[in-house]
Amino acid sequence: MRDFTYAIARTLDQAIATDPSRAMLIAGGTELLNWFRLGVAAPDHVVDLAGIEDLKRITIEGEVLTIGALSTLAEVGDHPAVRTHAPVLAQACLAAASPQIRNRATLGGNVLQKTRCAYFRAEEPLPWGCNKRHAGSGCAALNGINDRHAIFDWTEQCVAVHPSDPAVALASLDAEIEIAGASGRRVVPAARFHLSQHEAAELGLDPAQAETRLEPHEVITGYRVPLRGGARSAYVKVRERASYEYALVSAAAVIELENGLIARAALALGSVAQRPWRLAEAEARIVGLPPTRDAVLPILKRCFGDARPLADNGYKIAMAAGAAARAIVEAAS
Amino acid sequence: MNETLATSRHSLLCQVNGKTISAEVEARTTLLDFLREHLRLTGTKKGCNEGACGTCTVLVDGKRMNACLTLAVQCAGREIVTIEGVGTIDALHPVQQAFIAYDALQCGYCTPGQILSAIACIAEGHATDPDTVREWMSGNICRCSAYPQITAAVLGAAGKLGANRDA
Repeated sequence: MRDFTYAIARTLDQAIATDPSRAMLIAGGTELLNWFRLGVAAPDHVVDLAGIEDLKRITIEGEVLTIGALSTLAEVGDHPAVRTHAPVLAQACLAAASPQIRNRATLGGNVLQKTRCAYFRAEEPLPWGCNKRHAGSGCAALNGINDRHAIFDWTEQCVAVHPSDPAVALASLDAEIEIAGASGRRVVPAARFHLSQHEAAELGLDPAQAETRLEPHEVITGYRVPLRGGARSAYVKVRERASYEYALVSAAAVIELENGLIARAALALGSVAQRPWRLAEAEARIVGLPPTRDAVLPILKRCFGDARPLADNGYKIAMAAGAAARAIVEAAS
Repeated sequence: MNETLATSRHSLLCQVNGKTISAEVEARTTLLDFLREHLRLTGTKKGCNEGACGTCTVLVDGKRMNACLTLAVQCAGREIVTIEGVGTIDALHPVQQAFIAYDALQCGYCTPGQILSAIACIAEGHATDPDTVREWMSGNICRCSAYPQITAAVLGAAGKLGANRDA
């Protein structure tokens, strides 16, 4: 690992004032240290956010649950208010990584992690092309081993998926991400924070390298989760071992019931695109149905018309529809 | 912030196994390398060095963490416990006793991390039944696959299986 200088920011202003061309911000470090080892990033300076106490709070103010960016995944997953009012988020946090990593990793850093694509996660010098690592070098996954890759909205430059579990839950909850920057504060809907490769290209950005709407000089400060009375939610993560593994696909469901029937639904899928994938069509079409597998699964299966599976990942369509159905059933139960 | 004040050499003051440690480290030094290379506390093992195997698990202010994913400079003022701080040859920690009693190791390489993780797992209240133990010990990989015995040892140490059975 190349050496760097280290300093602790005591205020948000100090963190925002760091030079993004030479410095990186660190919180838990569970992702950043691996970037440094692989050569994904090699900053001259590392500035630690740990001294900013304001970013560590989890509170309920009125109808809004607010979670500071420095809250660890363990703290969010264990927090009584999150477990009671947004169980999908608590479940997603506790389904992520391992107990050890959840004690360090923060919710602010989690959504900024990068793909687990094995062609991306290689040491320099890369023996294959990866447009995320080196623009213009190609995408080894496009025609390589791509069973874990995107079925939605990829481009030929990159077919990676985003691996965050909490991001999927936040998208289903219509949460907002609070951002502070040199020009002030703003919020971005969690469902729009990440960019698919296709969206990045439409914005004139590099489809492989632009992954979020966060600008240089900006910092995630927290999350605002609107609380809807009567909402029930659940997170389902499908993976190749029962624990401590990234998702093949995941699904978050937030539903409201009236007289036993679905009155409102928000559904988001994970690990199918470079961003959480809301199933807007299905959300509308399952209203009025009972929250049972038999009722919702046929509808869900018909809502993948936009999917463009690669050579090895066609299985994700059936698996994602099934995961969404399970999430609805578990939310209702 | 004023980056001219930042430096890559850092004075680090922390507690390791109850002793006050004062050292100078490079910013890039991980807690794992600090423990092994600077303090010669080689009980904490370096397995994958990327947070996948859990064999570098230590307690930082009582919480289990991967030492390979932690910078030493991030531990200023913290209390760190490694396997060298758990029990003695003459008076093993109850979790160490349970690992022997339940035959919860073969090659032993993952065992220091397993024991630190098990101590935290029990303290967190997650050593209630086999499924819960498997979930909350999943951050520690055992290549010899002693998982049934490890699960039994954690439950045994937590008092969920009655008194320690004979080995």
